[in-house]
Amino acid sequence: MARTAIKDIVINQEWCKRCGICSTFCPKDVFETDAEGTVTVAHPEACIACELCERMCPDLAIHLEYEPPAEAPA
Amino acid sequence: MKSIDSYLRTRFMPHIWCPGCGHGTVLNGLIRSVDAVGLNKNELVMVSGIGCSARIAGYLDFHTLHTLHGRALAFATGVKMSRPDLTILVPMGDGDALAIGGNHFIHAARRNIDITVIVLNNRIYGMTGGQFSPTSGCGIQATTAPYSSIDQPFDAVQLASAAGATFVARTTTYHVNELEQLLTRAIRHHGFSVVEVLSQCPTHFGRRNGHQETVEMLRHFKEGTAKVGSRQLAEQVDLIPRGVFVDEERPEYCDQYAEVIQRAQAARAGGAGGEEPQ
Repeated sequence: MARTAIKDIVINQEWCKRCGICSTFCPKDVFETDAEGTVTVAHPEACIACELCERMCPDLAIHLEYEPPAEAPA
Repeated sequence: MKSIDSYLRTRFMPHIWCPGCGHGTVLNGLIRSVDAVGLNKNELVMVSGIGCSARIAGYLDFHTLHTLHGRALAFATGVKMSRPDLTILVPMGDGDALAIGGNHFIHAARRNIDITVIVLNNRIYGMTGGQFSPTSGCGIQATTAPYSSIDQPFDAVQLASAAGATFVARTTTYHVNELEQLLTRAIRHHGFSVVEVLSQCPTHFGRRNGHQETVEMLRHFKEGTAKVGSRQLAEQVDLIPRGVFVDEERPEYCDQYAEVIQRAQAARAGGAGGEEPQ
């Protein structure tokens, strides 16, 4: 099966409470955390779209955006 | 799926729960399961009692009732009896479901009324400052047990099963895909469904009981549980079983009540031929 194309990983910093669940359990180390616990998307190209961060986030602050499905060849 | 935000009252976000609280993950999974079942928001009623878990009702854009401590199932029973066509969800904490509302819980299960209960079990009264609850268990530190608790815990799954619930399952906030699947099955089940979700309270349970970090508590859910029927569970009997424990069909309460109404109406319409029961 083709890998799903991720367009963007959006973190809502206003809702995020910096618990560290996303960065700890991400299997591909997509996130980076600074000294204050703020999480940023450092390696979006490594994302395998497992959605673990989005589903585990207790603050509902992570959202994966997908590329629209490619049109079938004529 | 539809966007998560379309199910939320976003004006109340960010929510009130502490950083790392598992209840937000349950809210997350519940929205996904409601979307998977394909329910319209207008067909859903969420009834909650008191406690951190009960605050879920405030964030969801369904019909919601925030009621008395432990009494959510009494209100939910009233809603369901008057409008059996609606889908009823009742989020409860371990104290709300098994202590303050313990009698409502077992009797709703006994009647097999079509309500889905989600027991968010964090083994502590978080909102009131960390008192031990009926699921804390022996050896747990709490503000009301500074020298550790000597109380045996309730097993919510066994209690619900013995009381007559016709769908009983358990998962954790670590097993998020399983959470969505079990909640989806519970909502679809016609009868009284109970899904116990082991949820972490880092503020009041974790800190006092050797877990400084939220992620440690989640790892504990991963390592301390196993799927029912698995080899792992057979070999390590001290693990907590996860999965579906009861899934059976039994007459549902509102269906039976509708039949009572029909019998009563038939008796009246029958006149002399159909006397009312003495």
